[in-house]
Amino acid sequence: MAERPIAIEVKDLHKSFRMPSHRVSTIKERAVRPFSPIDYTTLHALRGISFRVAKGEFMGIAGRNGSGKTTLLKLLASIYRADSGRLRVAGSLAPLIELGVGFNPNLTARENVLLNGVMMGMTPREARSRFDKIIEFAELEEFVEMKLKNYSSGMSMRLAFAVMVQSDADVLMVDEVLAVGDASFAQKCADEFQRLHDEGRTILLVTHSMESLRSLCDHAILIEDGVVDLDGDPADVANRYLQINFKGPGQAPPQSADGAGGEAGRIAEVWLEDSDGERSRGFPHGSPIHLVAVIEAKQEINRPSFGFDIRSSGGVPVFASGSQQLADSLKRGDRVTFRATVPNPLRPGSYAISCGLAQSGSRPVHWRPRIAELVVWGRPQFGLVALDWSWELERESQADAVETTRE
Amino acid sequence: MSAAAEPAALQDIRGPSALGGGVGRFFTLTWLLSVTEFKLNYFGTVFGYLWSLARPLLLFAVLYTVFTRIIRFDVPNYAQLLLLNLTLFSLFSESTTRAVRSVANNENIVRKMQFPRLVIPLSVVLTGLFNLGLNLIAVFIFLLATGVEPRLTWLALPLIVAALVVMTIGASLLVSALFVRFRDVFQIWSVLALVLFYGSPVLWPVEVLPESMRFLLFVNPFAPLLEEARLLMIGPPAPSVVDAAGSVFGIIAPAMIVLALCAVGLWTFVRTAPRVAEEL
Repeated sequence: MAERPIAIEVKDLHKSFRMPSHRVSTIKERAVRPFSPIDYTTLHALRGISFRVAKGEFMGIAGRNGSGKTTLLKLLASIYRADSGRLRVAGSLAPLIELGVGFNPNLTARENVLLNGVMMGMTPREARSRFDKIIEFAELEEFVEMKLKNYSSGMSMRLAFAVMVQSDADVLMVDEVLAVGDASFAQKCADEFQRLHDEGRTILLVTHSMESLRSLCDHAILIEDGVVDLDGDPADVANRYLQINFKGPGQAPPQSADGAGGEAGRIAEVWLEDSDGERSRGFPHGSPIHLVAVIEAKQEINRPSFGFDIRSSGGVPVFASGSQQLADSLKRGDRVTFRATVPNPLRPGSYAISCGLAQSGSRPVHWRPRIAELVVWGRPQFGLVALDWSWELERESQADAVETTRE
Repeated sequence: MSAAAEPAALQDIRGPSALGGGVGRFFTLTWLLSVTEFKLNYFGTVFGYLWSLARPLLLFAVLYTVFTRIIRFDVPNYAQLLLLNLTLFSLFSESTTRAVRSVANNENIVRKMQFPRLVIPLSVVLTGLFNLGLNLIAVFIFLLATGVEPRLTWLALPLIVAALVVMTIGASLLVSALFVRFRDVFQIWSVLALVLFYGSPVLWPVEVLPESMRFLLFVNPFAPLLEEARLLMIGPPAPSVVDAAGSVFGIIAPAMIVLALCAVGLWTFVRTAPRVAEEL
C-alpha cells in the first residue's frame, strides 16, 4: 500500500474568506465615500491541511458542518483558489459538489447529458457515445426526450449521478450524494462506488454518514476546525467524529422550560461528564456516564431527595432512578453538587435526561424536564438496551463423550 | 479503464481562472452554451423566431416613421440605412446588456463546477451573433425588395461584423466582471448603452452633422463601423469613412479605442475570475 503511487497530495493548504462587515456593493457607495475603509472579518476555513491519497484508494472525508470539508473540495475542484499551500492531483479529476448542477430544466435529458458531460470534462463525442449507458444506468429510457422540468427530483438526481459515474476521470470527488434520494438509490450509489473502486479509480467521498464511511472507505481523514484532526482507519475516524461531534455541553436546553416549582430550592445546573471528568453529551456505547447536578437551597429543605430519568428520543422511559435522600436537611443558601455514575448499556441514539428535587418524602420542590441531552454512539443495534448476557448449550442425549459447553 | 495505464504524474492545481482547462473544452463549452441559449430562445415557442424578428422590425417601423414623417431626413436610402444600423447595433447593445448579469446569473454553476469562467460572457456574445445572423437575413431581403442592387462588396460585411464582435466582447468582459463587485453596473450600463445608441450614427446619417464637427464623432468606434457598413451594403452616395471623418485619424482613433476596451475588459475579467465563486 505504501508503494502505491500518490493520486492526490495536499500540503499545508490555507484558505480564508474575507467577509466585509458592511458590503460595498455599488459603485455609487464607493464614489460617495471613496476613502471609507472597508472592514473585513476574516474567516479561516482551512488552516494548514496536509494529506495524501494513494492511487486507487477510496478515501472518506468527515467533519462537522463548517469544519472546512466543502472548502477543501472546492479547492481541489478548482472552484476556489488557495491562499497558500500546494495541491497536486495525478490525472483528471471529476468533481461532483452537488447533483444536477448545471442542469437546465427547459432542456431534454439528452441535451442536458451532453451539456453536463462536457462540463464534467468529456468531449461531446464521448458524451454522445455514452448517452445510452448513462440513460440505462439512470433507468430513464422512456423519458429521454422529456424536458427536465417534468422530471421528478429523484429522476434528475439519478441522471446527474449517472453522468458522473460515466466520466473517465482518474479521480472522482463526491460531496454527500448518498444523503439524498431514497434507500434504493443510495444503495445503487454505494454499489457504483464499489465498482469504480474495484476498477482502480481513486475516489474521495465527503460524508456525514459514518456508516458509509465504515463500509465504503479504506482510508479516511477527519477535518475539524480547518485542520486534519485524524488521518487513518475509517473506523477510528468515525468514532472520533462521533466523539467530537457530541463533545461539550452542546446546545443548552431552553432555560425557560424550567418545569414546576423552584421556590424553595432549585436544580441550578445539570451536565454529563465522561470518565476523564470532561463535560460531554456524547458517550460511546458501554462507557459509563457521570451525571452532575448543582442544587441550591433558597429555604431550608427537609430530607431533600433527588432523582432523574432517561427517556429515549421517542419519549419512551428507559430508566428512572427513583428518588434518593441526599441529606437530613439543606440550609438556606446551601449549594451542593450531586454526582451519579450510570453504566451505559444504552443502544446508540439520543436520549433526554430529566431531574427532580423533592423534600420530606415526595413533596416536589423543583422539576427540570429534559434538562440534559445524552447521545450514545457506536454500532447500531436492535432493541432499547444491550444487556450483558451469556448462554450455554446442554446435550441431553450424549452420542459420544464430548461435552459441549460454552459461555 | 485508464487504471491500467502508466501512472499519471502529479500536477499542481492552481484554482479557477478565466481561461485554462484546455482549448478544446473551452470552445466546446462556449459553443454548447450559446447553442443551448439560442435554442431555448427560438424553439421554446412556436413563434419564437417570429417574435425575435418582430421586435427589431417594430422598432424599425416606429423610428422610420418618426424620422421620415416628423423629422425629415433628406438622405437617399434612409430606410435601408436605418434597418442595417439597428440590426448591427443590436448585436452590441443586446449582448452587453445580457452579459452584465451573465456571470452572476450563472451563480449555481460558477460556485459548483469547474470550467473556464470566460466561457460565460463569450457564449452570450456568440448567442448575439446567431441572432444577428438571423436578423441579417431579414435585412438582405429588405434591401433586395426595396431595389438595392446586390454587389460584391456585400461579401466584406463579415469584416465589419468581426470588428463589432471584438468590441462587444471587450465591453461584455468588462461589465460582467464589474457586476460581480458592483451591482449597480447594470443600471449604469443600460443608461450608457442608451447614450451610445443616440450618440452613434444609428438613427441619423453622418451627413446631418456639419463638416467641422464630424471629426468629434469619429472618436466613437461605431461611427466608422456603421459608416463602412453603409458604404459596403447600400453604397454611394454615402461618403467614405476617411472622407466623412476628414482624415485617416478617423480610423486609427476608434481602432485604438476598441483595442483599449478589449485589453481593459480582458484584464479586469482575468483578475476577477479566480475569486468570482467567493464574491458572488
